Amino acid sequence: MDFNHTEERRMLADSLRRTLARGADWATLAELGVLGALFSEAEGGFGGAGFDIAVVFEELGRAGCTEPVLEAGLAGGLLADVGRGDLVETISAGDLKVTLGWQEPGLRYDLGPLSTRAENGRLTGRKSFVTNAEGADLILVTALQDGAPHLFALAPRAAGVTLHSTPALMGGSISELTLDAASAQPLGTAALDRRLAAATLAVCADALGVMESVKTMTLDYLRTRTQFGRAIGSFQALQHRMADVAIEIEMARSAVINLAGNLDSPDRDRHVSATKSLVGRTARLVAEESIQMHGGIAMTEAYALAPLARRLIAADHRYGDEDWHLARFIRLTA
Amino acid sequence: MDLNFTPEELAFRDEVRAFLREKLPADLSSRVGEGEALAKADYDYWHAALNEKGWLAGNWPKKFGGQQWSAVQKHIFDEECAAARAPRIVPFGVAMLAPVLQAFGSKEQQDHYLPRILSGQDWWCQGYSEPGAGSDLASLKTRAVRDGDHYIVNGQKTWTTLGQHANWIFCLVRTDTAAKQQEGISFLLIDMASPGIEVRPIILIDGVHEVNEVWFTDVNVPVANLVGQENKGWTYAKYLLTHERTGIAGVGDSRAGLATLKRIARTEMQNGRPLIEDPLFAARLARIEIDLMAMATLNLRLVAAADAGAAPGAESSMLKVKGSIIRQQINDLARRAVGPWAMPFVADTDGNLFHPGPDYAAKASNVYLNNRKISIYGGSNEVQRGIITKAILGL
Repeated sequence: MDFNHTEERRMLADSLRRTLARGADWATLAELGVLGALFSEAEGGFGGAGFDIAVVFEELGRAGCTEPVLEAGLAGGLLADVGRGDLVETISAGDLKVTLGWQEPGLRYDLGPLSTRAENGRLTGRKSFVTNAEGADLILVTALQDGAPHLFALAPRAAGVTLHSTPALMGGSISELTLDAASAQPLGTAALDRRLAAATLAVCADALGVMESVKTMTLDYLRTRTQFGRAIGSFQALQHRMADVAIEIEMARSAVINLAGNLDSPDRDRHVSATKSLVGRTARLVAEESIQMHGGIAMTEAYALAPLARRLIAADHRYGDEDWHLARFIRLTA
Repeated sequence: MDLNFTPEELAFRDEVRAFLREKLPADLSSRVGEGEALAKADYDYWHAALNEKGWLAGNWPKKFGGQQWSAVQKHIFDEECAAARAPRIVPFGVAMLAPVLQAFGSKEQQDHYLPRILSGQDWWCQGYSEPGAGSDLASLKTRAVRDGDHYIVNGQKTWTTLGQHANWIFCLVRTDTAAKQQEGISFLLIDMASPGIEVRPIILIDGVHEVNEVWFTDVNVPVANLVGQENKGWTYAKYLLTHERTGIAGVGDSRAGLATLKRIARTEMQNGRPLIEDPLFAARLARIEIDLMAMATLNLRLVAAADAGAAPGAESSMLKVKGSIIRQQINDLARRAVGPWAMPFVADTDGNLFHPGPDYAAKASNVYLNNRKISIYGGSNEVQRGIITKAILGL
């Protein structure tokens, strides 16, 4: 038994934390090896295991970083799966931004049945909730071809491709992608499970990092805000709630460890659903409790908690919410 | 025991419903239902429509232009308006300042201000909280110093809801710094057009401009604008905070929210069937509905007690705590019900961007985030629990 990260991962996490605290752009992240850590050596990186993903995304969450790292791992991983190691290298170097459109309106968190269709190399349909498509050089999408889901690569500005983008609850952008006979490059059949499991781990680790930041901010506020002539952190009513928050965050950390350690085990999907359900629930609790313990100040956009609280709430809407994963866990456990 | 309204009360309810059908435009009602921020003109329209009917201040005494409604009538009116998704009556003049003026104001103040509240000529806002005085309101520092027939006011108020529309503000100010905290506070009426007042917007977590900071720099306020006696303001403020508290549970709002939530859950599909048939979701929904049924009766018990002459007391703190939790749970479940459509996040500050999802999803995240305020404002739920502990439980 050893619950310590390896020396390499600790070093990556430390340098990432220091760099992100100063504000890191895309090139700096690539230089630090953040993108390479998402892929195995065979894929052209130097990581790719559950704990590589966990350490990277915890730091990105802690810093509130909105660069499209999750998309790089998800779409890049799929490119590796279909033998496009050349593109993975370009992604790792920070020279290609990618994302994946796998959801469709009306399917909530389900993978299918897909409505987007490919005929003669042209795609028609609608993909929803494509994160960080704004600024992407390449968009992968799933579509039905001959009745089976296939993977395709699109240029965002190709004819027949329309993006309607809004800000996303977690930061960055989110787009509806309308395809009208858009020409696309076929990449073979789509097998998303392992890559979506890794992306789910990334969201959970990200939420964990956000929770740690939120905990620090809330503790600072409890120590410094005075009402009734004393620090509000001296009131037992708030002390006990903060203690509960601290307990739940340690539970979330443990659940993230469970998933990271089982990302390539036969029991993977049960761990995906256990961890995501728990983290979705805990993220909401931490967001709501931290706002309540702060009081009015936490309701304002100007206070640094606001984007972090939104990111915690958004975590429950990505890759299946608490209840979707609870139901899936029941099915997988029965 | 009789859980039913009297025939007269039912007839009144029907009258309210008929009025709402006739006077509440469908467009306005649907914008309220979807959680859009309303424009001043929306509030003004509804204020005028109610005033024309004589229902804007139905619970005011007849001598001030009200109908002297019973607590039950007021409750019925509020519930029906909420269920129909009418804009809320902006409370600062009608429900907050007016009762204080009626109880403690001079004849001149009553004659001058009350008709202007009814006509909508004055839009009042509330100057209570300060950056350093939230839950601990009595620690407020905004200073008013007597100078002949004027006070000179300096300081800062915050969380001033819809202050951007207001032309008057009622303020708690410190007039005696030597006295015990609660005993040096006065209640002042201040014209927002006075030189030295600056209103600065605060953008909230959902991107909406709803509250403001109000800064006072050497603002001249005539002594005639003092309500009641100098240094007795805390008594009036407490009166305001305990008056009309039976609506605080927001049962009508919760009922309307629950109806909307069910509509969403019947439309959204999960695993090939409507979300409302998903056992996990159905259980969450049912638990809230069961709580709301009990909440409605708890509320009516206190309304009936008020009509029987009981002074409004700490029981209203129970309505606040439980009512706010239920409302927030409904907002939480509505956000979850829209699924991934909660992720596109369009704030008012984003201009004309449109939300790509169904109409009912457009503001689900915004409303959820915005209503985290209701367990914080008007005395946070922690403050309310403290009141219950002391005043009811005697601990």
